[in-house]
This record gives sequence, C-alpha cells and structure tokens, in this order.
Amino acid sequence: MILRRDQTVLVQGITGKQASFWTEKMLACGTRIVAGSSPGKGGNNVFGIPVYDSAVAAAATHSIDCTVLFTPPMATKLAVFDALEAGIRNLVVLAEHVPVHDVMEFVAAAKGVGAQLVGPNTAGVVTPGECAVGIMPGFAENIFQPGSVGVISRSGSLGTLICLDIVRAGFGESAFLGIGGDPVLGTTTADALRIFDGDAKTKAVVIVGELGGTMEEEAAEYAAQTKMSSRKPIVAFIAGRSAPPGRRMGHAGAIVIGSRGSGESKVRALRDAGATVLDTPSDIGSVLRNVLS
Amino acid sequence: MNVPEYIAKSLLRDAGIVTPDGEVARDARAAADHARKLGGRVAIKAQIPAGKRGKSGGIAFAETPEEAEAKAAALIGREVAGHRVDEVLIESAADIERELYVAILNDGSSRGPLLLFSREGGIEIEEQGETIVRRALDVRTGLDAATAREIAGDDALAELMQKMYERFIALDCELLEINPLARERSGRYIALDCKMTLDDSARPRQKELFARIETATGPLGTTLEQRARAASLYFIELDGEVGVLANGAGLTMTTLDAVHLHGGKPANFLEIGGEAYTKATVALELVLSNPRVRSVLVNFCGAFARTDVMAEGVAQAYETLRPSVPFFFSIHGTGEERAIEIVRERLGIEPFALMDDAVKAAIAAAREPAGVRA
Repeated sequence: MILRRDQTVLVQGITGKQASFWTEKMLACGTRIVAGSSPGKGGNNVFGIPVYDSAVAAAATHSIDCTVLFTPPMATKLAVFDALEAGIRNLVVLAEHVPVHDVMEFVAAAKGVGAQLVGPNTAGVVTPGECAVGIMPGFAENIFQPGSVGVISRSGSLGTLICLDIVRAGFGESAFLGIGGDPVLGTTTADALRIFDGDAKTKAVVIVGELGGTMEEEAAEYAAQTKMSSRKPIVAFIAGRSAPPGRRMGHAGAIVIGSRGSGESKVRALRDAGATVLDTPSDIGSVLRNVLS
Repeated sequence: MNVPEYIAKSLLRDAGIVTPDGEVARDARAAADHARKLGGRVAIKAQIPAGKRGKSGGIAFAETPEEAEAKAAALIGREVAGHRVDEVLIESAADIERELYVAILNDGSSRGPLLLFSREGGIEIEEQGETIVRRALDVRTGLDAATAREIAGDDALAELMQKMYERFIALDCELLEINPLARERSGRYIALDCKMTLDDSARPRQKELFARIETATGPLGTTLEQRARAASLYFIELDGEVGVLANGAGLTMTTLDAVHLHGGKPANFLEIGGEAYTKATVALELVLSNPRVRSVLVNFCGAFARTDVMAEGVAQAYETLRPSVPFFFSIHGTGEERAIEIVRERLGIEPFALMDDAVKAAIAAAREPAGVRA
C-alpha cells in the first residue's frame, strides 16, 4: 500500500507508551489520524484524538482508510480481526514475535476480504511529504524526501541507512514500504514490487532483502517475467550473505535451512532478472545515479 | 526451538501416531539394559540437533544387548556432526516394507502450512527433486479427510497425516517432519524419526512444553549466549576477532557482511534494536567478554531507536569497563549529531562518516600484533 495524505488513519492500542509517542510523530508527518482504540479506554483522548474501545466502535463514527496496530504480540490476532470486522482495508501490523500460526490465520482472513496487510514485524510505511504510518522517522529530512525511488525493506534499521544514502545522493523516495522481518508476511517483496511497478511516481525500486525464505527469488521471478527492469531499474542489497547456516540472525525470518533461503541464491535470481545487486549499501548513491541518468 | 527426538516422539504418541518402543540412555550399561528389555534387533541413535545423522555415523544397529552396549559406548561422548553426544535413544528396529517422507511447515510463499509428501523416505528433502508432492493448506480449514486421502492414497496414511496436522497446529510447530516414516509389512505406519521445531514466538502459550524441553536439554548455546539471553539480548558467538555492536537485525547482519566483504572476521552477532536499544552497557560488556575480540566496531543507524541514547550507553560502558581494544564508530540517523558529540568528547574517538571506512579500520586494528598498541 502507498498511503496518501488525504487517507484517514486509526491507531489501535493508542493509549500505550510507544503508541502515544509515535502518534505525535505521525501527526507531525501530516498523517490524518482520526481515531484511536484501546480496549476499556473508550472516551479518552490522546493529543486530541478520540479513543474508542475497539476498531469497530471507532468505525461507527469515523470513516477509516487505514489502521496501524501497536498491539502486544499475543493480542495482535484479535486486533486484526477487530479491524477487518470494522471494514478497514489497509492494515499495518508492527508487533514482533506474533506466533506464526496467528499470522497465517489473519493474513488469510485479510486476503479473504480483499484487505491489504503490511507486516507483522514492520517499522511501517512512509510516503515522504505526505504521511507516515508506524515507527519510521518520516519527519527526518535527511532520511525521507519526496522523490522517485520506491524502497522495499524487511528491516527498519537497514532500510533507514539505505534511505539516508538515497537522500545524501540527491534523490528522494516515492514511498518506503517496510514489509517486515517475519517468515510469513501480509505483503511480500513481490507484492511490494508489483505496487511500485504500478505507481506512476516511482522511477526506480530499491529492494532491501535479507537471507531466509524465498521472497526475493519470487520478486525476481516477477521482475523477469514482466521485464520490469527495462521499465523501472531495480537495485537490491541482500543482508546476511555471510551468516552461518542454521542460525537465526535476529529476525524470525532470517535463517538459512539447508540450501533454502541463502543470500547467494537471492543475489543470483535478482541479477538474472536484470537487477543491480550491491555488495555494500554505501554504493547505493552512485548506482542510482547510473541507472536514473 | 528444536525438540529432541525422544520428546518429539512422545508428543506424536499423544496423538496416536505409532513410534518404535524405546528409551533414552546416558551410558552404555543403561543402553544394554534397554536393549535387553526391548528384545531383538535395536537401533542406537545419537540425540543431537542435526540432520544427516545417519550419514555422520550417529545411528547404529545391534542384534544383542552386548553389541548395543559396545555401540552405545562408541557413540556416547563422541562428536557427531559437530555435536557432542550425551544421550542415545535405544529403539526396537522396525520391520520395514518401505520408507516414506511426510512434513508440514510454515510456508512464506503460500503464507500457510505446506504439506510435503514423498514415497521415497530416508533422505534429505533437498535430494527429493521431482518425487515430492507439495500441497499448500489453508490454516483456517486445515487438512480435511478428503484432501489427506487424495494425497496419501490409503486411509491409514491419510489418518496419520491428519494427526500430524493436529500436532503441528496444537504445538505451534514451525516444522514437523517424519523422515523416515516406515510402512511395516503388517501395513501399519510407524514414525522412525521425528524432527520438530517449535515457533519461539508461541512460547507464551506453550510454556509447559518449552519448560519440559529446556529441562531435558539444559541451557542452549555458549556461556556468553546464555548470559545474553538472561539479559534479553540476542547474541551469537562467532569465531572472528572484530567485536560487533549494531542496532536492528538488518543493520547488524549488514555490518557482519561488511566485515567479511573487507576481509575480516566478526566475533559476534549482537543487535540492540527495538526495546533493547537502551541496553548498550550490558551489550558492550558481552562483546568485550569474548577473549578473541581484538577491536570493536559500533554501527548505529537511528530510525525509531535514537543513536544518542545508544551512544550514551556505550560511553557509560566504555568509561566503566576501560577496554584495552580500540573502538571504531559509524553513527547515522536519528540523534546522530548528539551521538557523534558524545563519542568525540567523552571517548576521544572520531566516528567515521562512511560505514565501510569504520569497518576497514576495525579490521586493520584487529590484525595488528598484540603489544604494538599503546
């Protein structure tokens, strides 16, 4: 999903410490937050935003395009179902350590009603100059500038480093889509690539991937089949290429099992699909200058 | 978390899946006793968390209790596939007609459980090639009898697949694999091996199961890894000399890659991301506790985590620990001006403007012979 400034946002779990801190930051980015929800906290307000007991209750009063979930991992499944029942069709799920079977269940439910779900274990999505949803510093001008580079990242910290380099090189981002570090995700690398392929503002795409799973290979398949790199150049960096097999590198999804999910297989697939794969993120500026000139 | 074979098998038996009779032995004498009690031909299986156990010599067979004793004695205390064998499982050998393969795992591509089935068992999944059946399942409806029957071809096997699926869901498995699954001459199916991995994120609702496994296996990992876990930090000890401290999983992986790319070897993976970003002090203590560390590379990129808070933590730790190894910093993102000022003024160290330059300097310092540094 690429969110626009006119879209209305609900913050689920808004009364929590992190959520209220980030509600203020998101408002500063221009995000149109119209309501919050927290079980048992209905009737309060956070920075003037009215709080309801549930997403369903909030949706009874407000028209809501998107919700961002600041929920504890074990409470996330029910909160997603609450949002879907409320008719909300764009969901950003931030929680890390949600049981994978819960994720599979709510991802299937979201798909079943045609909702877009980003996450879990994402830092969020940013449309520079318009809005930010999640815990990315959309307000930081050295990291986010309106522009034409679409960024897809499994990681918040590394995605930030890449965005810094993009802005330092004189470019800006059409959008930053943090897709999350979990093994099962609502929006995959291929889904995000498809979104940027269809976005008129995006002239090039940067994929920040990492070892584990086969998402980057599937994205490469999409790029190869549709010859995307001839329309919009793709630049990629894959983290964890030196990681020992069988060890989980911080993210639940970052693990090589057998030969499955190795960095080398991703690099090969992306290069075969016409993408430029970087050996170090520091090269991003010069490579973008080459492909966008 | 990987479940030891004998516990995994007891969890299968709870659902009515047949496994060989067997018992765990920690010494050769007990192995002989178990073999005598079981009678007939037995298998002696090293209890280690590694695949390809048969190929690495971790499985032996014995016709008599005496032979079982000798073979157990040869296994216990030995290293198999990089793991020390503390326990062996003594099991009745099955009357095998053929060996099959069944597994269920969480699949990121189909975003649901994936059932894998092959009529060629006993070998690694990577070697299965064309013979394997892959069926994506909907977690909301599960594995119904008709689908199971269609994949399995016979009722007994279909029923076993459904029982496996029930276990997979009930125990929050990431992977449940029976390989080999033996069909006996009697037509009965029996699970000769079981690889079970639990979803660590499901720990809050699987407390008893996790506790049972941890009691059986003892604490996992090196001493430093255990210390990290106690402090709620994720730390992996590696065999290099450059100590690494970074924030966020993605940036930490990238920092390790950069050390490799420029010809060095990292000493650890350690991320202080998310809510752990205030734990720089305890994190730095861990990095410095590794005697192999000859230089320390600190790479911070602040998004939601603030680099000034992390730098303050590192500065405090540095002042307390007074490390003898040199430090190299790369700091970018939220709070960087203040963070760089802290490092410059309190530690007298100038952070590098480019991550790769900090990495190269840390590698060069780690290579210097000991005693050269002031």
